[in-house]
This record gives sequence, structure tokens and C-alpha cells, in this order.
Amino acid sequence: MTALLPRSAVALTLGLLVLPITFGLLGTLLPAFGYLPALGGHDLSLQPFRDLAATPGLPTAAVLSVATGLAATLISLGITLIFVASYAGTPTLSRLQHLLSPLLAVPHAAAAFGLAFLIAPSGFLIRLVAPLFGIDRPPDILIPHDPMGLTMIAGLVIKETPFLFLVTLAALPQVELSAARRLAASFGYGRIAGFVYLLWPSLYRQIRFAVYAVIAYSSSVVDVALILGPNLPGTLATRLVQWMNDPDLSVRFLASAGAVLQLGVTLAGLLFWFVLERLAAVLLRASRERGWRFVRDQFLRRVSILVVGLIGGAVFAGLAILAIWSLAGLWQFPDLLPQSFTLRSWMSALPRIGDPLVTTLVTGFASTLLAILLTIGCLEREIQTGRSASQKALLMLYLPLIVPQITFVFGLQLLFIGSGGGEYRLTALVLVHLVFVLPYVFLSLADPWRALDRRYEIIATALGRSRLSVLVSIRLPMLIRPILTALALGFAVSVGQYLPTLLIAEGRLSTITTEAVALASGNNRRVIGVYALLQTIVPFLAFALLALIPSALHRNRREMRV
Amino acid sequence: MRLMTGIFAAALMAATSSFPAKAAGPELSDWAAVEKAATGQTVYFNAWGGSENINAYLEWVGAEMQSRYGVSVVQVKLEDTASAVAKVIAEKAAGKNDGGSVDLIWINGENFVSMKQQGLLLTPGWASSLPNWAYVDVENQPTILTDFTEPTEGLESPWGGAKMVFFHDSARTEAFAMPDNATALLDWAKKNPGRFSYPAPPDFTGSSFLKQVLSEVIGAPSKLAKPVSEETFNADVEPLFAYLDQLHPAAWRSGKTFPQNYSDMKQKLADGELEIIFAFNPSEASAGIKAGELPETVRSFTFSKGTLGNTHFVAIPYNANAKEGALVTANFLISPEAQLRKQDPTYWGDPTVLAMSKLPEPDRAAFKALDLGAATLAPDKLGPVIAEPHASWMERIEVEWRRRYASGN
Repeated sequence: MTALLPRSAVALTLGLLVLPITFGLLGTLLPAFGYLPALGGHDLSLQPFRDLAATPGLPTAAVLSVATGLAATLISLGITLIFVASYAGTPTLSRLQHLLSPLLAVPHAAAAFGLAFLIAPSGFLIRLVAPLFGIDRPPDILIPHDPMGLTMIAGLVIKETPFLFLVTLAALPQVELSAARRLAASFGYGRIAGFVYLLWPSLYRQIRFAVYAVIAYSSSVVDVALILGPNLPGTLATRLVQWMNDPDLSVRFLASAGAVLQLGVTLAGLLFWFVLERLAAVLLRASRERGWRFVRDQFLRRVSILVVGLIGGAVFAGLAILAIWSLAGLWQFPDLLPQSFTLRSWMSALPRIGDPLVTTLVTGFASTLLAILLTIGCLEREIQTGRSASQKALLMLYLPLIVPQITFVFGLQLLFIGSGGGEYRLTALVLVHLVFVLPYVFLSLADPWRALDRRYEIIATALGRSRLSVLVSIRLPMLIRPILTALALGFAVSVGQYLPTLLIAEGRLSTITTEAVALASGNNRRVIGVYALLQTIVPFLAFALLALIPSALHRNRREMRV
Repeated sequence: MRLMTGIFAAALMAATSSFPAKAAGPELSDWAAVEKAATGQTVYFNAWGGSENINAYLEWVGAEMQSRYGVSVVQVKLEDTASAVAKVIAEKAAGKNDGGSVDLIWINGENFVSMKQQGLLLTPGWASSLPNWAYVDVENQPTILTDFTEPTEGLESPWGGAKMVFFHDSARTEAFAMPDNATALLDWAKKNPGRFSYPAPPDFTGSSFLKQVLSEVIGAPSKLAKPVSEETFNADVEPLFAYLDQLHPAAWRSGKTFPQNYSDMKQKLADGELEIIFAFNPSEASAGIKAGELPETVRSFTFSKGTLGNTHFVAIPYNANAKEGALVTANFLISPEAQLRKQDPTYWGDPTVLAMSKLPEPDRAAFKALDLGAATLAPDKLGPVIAEPHASWMERIEVEWRRRYASGN
């Protein structure tokens, strides 16, 4: 029994990760080649791709997707690398960690809106300097939605840097930081150079799937692209969503072909990144072998802390502006504050958020709990077999994050409707969320799980306890904190899901996030403020509540308190 | 892999090969029976959800429907009506000819024509059999029976009127300086660079602006009542694009990007980024002032030779799950009481589709007593109505617009 459960958990986990993606991709591929009987497509043909090729502006859209995605990844990773290289092992790092961790729970859409409200020509920053320059009208500058996608890249960087930063921090204990630091310093290398030469290669190997996930996400993102990205033409993903919603049914074929192209575009981005990786490796080796020490890196170190501070500051200031807008009466340019404050936006929203809130909570907790159970099963299996997950298994875990959502949830939707599963909508929603929640939960829990000193359990087993009893009375209580962190992270991921919720719930069930994006289409800053804040508060509350549990549980165990 | 393909194809076939659409709609002549059958049903009303006051109005409708008829009405908030159409298409594709997920849909124009042509609507026509149809102003509002030149044939029931109206902030710009036709608007824009723009199509306010200009500058306006003629299309729309080519360099952000929609323009009027904006609902300015989104100095104007006008509707998909509930809801939506509240700017401020002359005296008095607000033009000051062109024009113009201005060349 106790041996069987973990084994089936592994099979279930793999199935839950791989099957939806496989079927979803098939559901997209067949119509892309003209096969969708109900819409009159009975034969395989290349017509959808011919139509796609004839679409004006498509190359620009595709190039824009790759370029913004790669640029955002490169900048985020660069900032993370220089900052971690400069400050790993110092109190500065742990202080900044406290600033950046909460950023992970801020949904992309909320962060993007906050940034837009901050830097737009009618935004808060210009209002701040308006009296100095005598500006009484917003200047006619093309931000956001600039054709090069610079604002969009900025919007992605402020969210992806904290993600990469925390992933890197998680991998940091597995390298010999202080020994390497001493060694590099004793040979007179700069802090950054020493870190990059000695530690970065093995550190990068551990975080590279996360980097690929960032590339895939950034090159296929919809909500951030709509809020900040260029719109004439937009990125490929935003065009895809338009086609999927087109009332003309023949456009469904085009949309499927476009989804296949999106997959190609993301793959091209990844390929380009592989080339960059090789190039960087060559450069790194060359520079190391020449013995370049880069001793004067203090300026770069200072800049990196400034940039990281700016990122945190931008997100928090953005949230503050969102909060002010949600309470604003008339607020004209260039006033720094509204002429009047009113609760009207909140009062009119609150009665309507009951149902979406319940759906958000139920879906979030159900999918996260399932994810936790499966993850514990898989990790327990690792202990039984004594083998830890291979790189291949790790790739499987990252698969839902690396295959662009838009390319397979569209096919899943068709399958879901085709199966007539309308009564099981909530179940389907939980399962789809699980696909995206599971990787985060697993990645977050795996390291602490493996790091726990096994001698506690060996003693317990020697005292005659069963494996299950050891798990329940020793391992789980000792790991309660990382388990709760994984729970909170999984919940935040579920809350943030937009596209899968929209397509599978079909508007019958709405969550705070689908509500927020739907209302954002009205482009009312006050309403956006209310919903973006709600979208942020819900996962924050989950984090806060779950943080309280361990101290309550461990009231009587002094050594377990932190 | 082949096995997977096989399984998938089999699932798809099984789902799609079920029986064809059947047209056994409810019997409308016995309205009491319809109401009875509706009791206990849940109507999923697919309606654009981008406006809080409209959502609040629909919530009131839901509460009334529950207490009066025992029908629960749930608004499925859409970003774009096209996604509800797409949903019905997907259901037809999957062979779901019964128990569909869309019961009632807020619709007009292209989406209506598309659904009508693809046989996605409840037939036969039902709207003129609704008890409250007796109040509908079919005589004076021709757009109730022809939606974008497409005969409605009772496949959709009118819900509200719309007319293009322009707004400016009288604290920043003088009323007498406001243009009186599209050409004058172009001159004004050239003199005030960066202070006028329009939402990029397919946003419907933006598309409406293109149609307004086309109606004014096309050589032979009678062509717009008929479907696009392929041979002459390019020549027909040339004046429109010549107009836009001149407008864009003088427009907001030099025409490199466009406002998203009306709400976006409203915010930009409040910020002073734009000086002339327009909406498809005459009471929008008053509603904006009331909500604290626009300064109290905003005023309305129209063109003396007429602006675009149309009607918006509700329709029922052929595979709706709660057909009776949807019918009873559609009937309630054109009741004098629901229409009065809808025209009241406190709640929504959308012009009614009912004829004042057909209403009972107390209802007529209640409509008269509505305070429309200082920024709203009285119904007799709204100017003539220019009818919507045939839906095929908009589709072609949107494609052409995108080719010229949105393909990044």
C-alpha cells in the first residue's frame, strides 16, 4: 500500500503533465492542416497556412514576439546574474530577497497596469515633474504601445527578474559559495568575475529550464502584450486571440495555423538562445583563460542594486497608483492627487465579486492541494527508489511552462466541448489549473524535501515505525514551512491563470483574473484599479495566512520557530 | 502517436456526427405557457462586460426576473461579442445542438449577420410575437427592422438605440469652434495636432467613425445600402482613405497608435490629451460627469447633416439551453419599466426603442420626467440619422484599414 501509492503518484503526475499538452496540441494541429469535420474541413490541406502567409504584417508580428521575448529574458537574467554575483552571501541579498519575494505573487496584468499608470504621458511620473516644466497637457509621446515594444519589455522585466532571482537563490545552496568567494578574492579577481568564472556555469545548469520558461512565456504572452505592447501590429499572440474570437468560422483554421506558427516562433526563440548560450560559454572560457580579473566592478555592483531597487519600487509604486485610482473621484491632469476620493468604485464592485471569488478560491485550493499530494507522492517515490529526478523528468515538469499555453489550451477547449463535459466544468477547470500549478509546487518543494536530514527517519524506522507513519509524524511536520510555501505559490499561480480559465470555463465560471481582464477592456482606470488590487490581494492573503500556520503549529516547539 | 491521433479523431467524430440541428422552438402564441416553462430556468446572458453601470443594470434585471418569473439571469461578461458567437460556433462544431452554453446574446451588425447566415439563431422569428412588442417604435426607428441593412426577421429583439455624438470640454475649447461635418473635423484636427483620434477598428466606436466618414465622403451614398461590389470597392473607399491619410499625421500620437475604445478616449478627454471625442450613446458624457470621470464642463454636439445611428438587440442561439427563459427575459427588456430605467442616466442612459405614443400615460410621463443631464442633447437636437452601411462594407474596410495602417510597413 505505502509502496503503491507513490508509484501511482509518479504515473499520475506524468500523465497529468503530458496528456493535456499532447491532446491539446493535436486539437490545434489537426485544424491547422484543415481537418475539423464540423466546420467543413474533412481533408488535410495546407490552405490554413497559405492564408496565414497571406496575412499582412505577420512577419513583423512574429519578429516582434521573438525579439521582445528574448530581450526581456536577456535583461532579466543579466540583472539577476550581476546582482547575485555581487551580493550573494551578504546581508544585502537577504534584505532584497524580502523585497522581491512578494513580487512573485503580483499577477502580470496588475504589474503591467501599474507600470502603465506610472510611465504613460498622463501618468504619475510626468505629473510629478509637470509643475517644474509648466506642462499642463500630457505630452504627445508614444508610450506605452511603442512600436519597438520597449514598454512591454520593461513590463516583462519587472516580473521576470524576481522570478529568476528567486529561482537562482533556490539553487545557490548547491554551490560552494563562500569557498569560491575566498578563492577568487585571494587570486585578486573582482567579485562579479570570480562568481561568474567559478559558480555561474553550474548554477546556470540548474536554472536553465526556468530561463527557457521565461523565454516561452515572454514570447507568447497575451495580457502584458495587450496592456503595454505595440498594437499596430500587435505581437503574434495578441493576433491569435483575435482570430480565435472571430465570428467568421473559417478563421478558426487560420487561428490554429497561427497557433502552430506561435509554437515555431517560441522554438525559434529557444534555438536562438541555445546559440547565445554557446557563444557566452566560448566568451566566458576565453576571458577566464586570459585571466581577466575585472577588479573594478564596484560601479556595476552599485548599478545592479539600483536597478533591482527600481524594479521593486516600480511594482510597488504601480500598485499604490492603482490603489489611488480605485478611490479616485475626478482626477485630471496634471493634478498629483484626485480632487475627491470616493468609495464608489469599490462599492459597485464588491457585491459582484462574490461568485468569482469563490471560484478562484475553490479552484486555487483544489488544484494546489492535488498538486501537493502528487508532489509528495513523487518525492516519496524518489526516497524509496533512491533515484532523484533526472534531467528528462525535470524537462517534463517544465513542459507546461515551455510549450506556449495558447497553442494547446485552444485544442483542449475543443476536446472539452466535444466530450460534452459541461457538468464537470469545475473539475475540468481544476485539472487544467493543475497542469500549470504542479510544476511550480514540485520545483518549490523538491529541494527542501531532498535536503532534509534522513537520519531522523532512519531512527524512527529503527524504532519500528512504518514508512507512512514516519512520513506523517516526522517528515511532514518538519517540512511544514516549505510545504505551506509551495501551497501559497501554487495558489498564486492558479489565481493568475487567464487564458486556460477563459477557454475552459467559457465564462460560466469566472475568477478574479478573468473578471479583471474583461473589465480592463472597458479601460476605466478606477475599475482597473479595483480589480488589479483584488487580483493582487487574494494571493497575498494566502501567503500571509499560510505563514501564520507554522508558528501556531509549533507553539510548543521552540527550535521549530523561525 | 498514431494511436493518440486515432483516439482524438474518434472522439471528435463521435462528438460531431450526432443529429443535425432541430428547430423545435417554444410555442409563442401561448405566452402563459412560455412563462410557465421558463420558471426555474437559468439564462446565461452573454453581454459585453466592460462597463460597470451596464453590469449593474443587468444585475437589476436578474433580480427582477427572479422575483417576477423565477428565472435566474446570469451575465456572462464578454470582452468582445464575437467570443460568444465563437462559442456557439464551437458548440455546433462539436455537435452540441442542445443544451448550449449561450442562452441570450447582446448583439447587432456583423455578429448578427454572421449568426443569421450560419443558421446559429433560434428560428422562426420570435421577436414580434413578444407581448411587449406592441410598444416598440418600428415606425420611426427603421433600424429596428433592418440591422445594418440586414432584415432582422424577428430573429433578434431590439434593446436600445445608439447615435453618434461628439463631446468636448467647454473649459478648454469653445463650442462655436467645433466642426459640423467630417471635412471640418479634418481641418480642426490639422489646426490642433495631436488632439483628435479614433479607436482602432475593430473596436465598434472606431469602426463607426470610419463609417461616418465614408458615408459623408463617398461619391454615391446609395451604394452603402447594398453589399460591396468587388469591381468598384477600391474606387468607392478611396475618398475615405485619402481622408485618413490626411488625418493621421495630425492625429494623437501621429496616428502611430490609437485609443483602445470609448472609455480610453473618455479618460484622455479628462486628461486633456484629446479635445474632441465621440461616443455611440448620447448620454455618455452626462454619465461620465456623474461618475466623476469627466469634468462638469463637458458638452455634446453632432453634425447638422446627420450622424450614424443604429439599434442594438438581443438574440437567442439555436441551441440555447433555456429558450423560454431567454424569451421571457427578452420580453422584460422591452417592458416600459426596464426601458425607463435603462434610459435613466443614473443607471445607464441608453435611448429607448419604445414609441412614446404607444405607451400608457403614466409611463410616458415617467419618460418625460427623466433628467438627462446638462451634457446630453435633447432628443430633438440630435440631428438626422445616417443609416448603417451593409455589413459587408465594414468587414472589407476593417481588412483594408489593417492592411494600410496596422501591418507595420
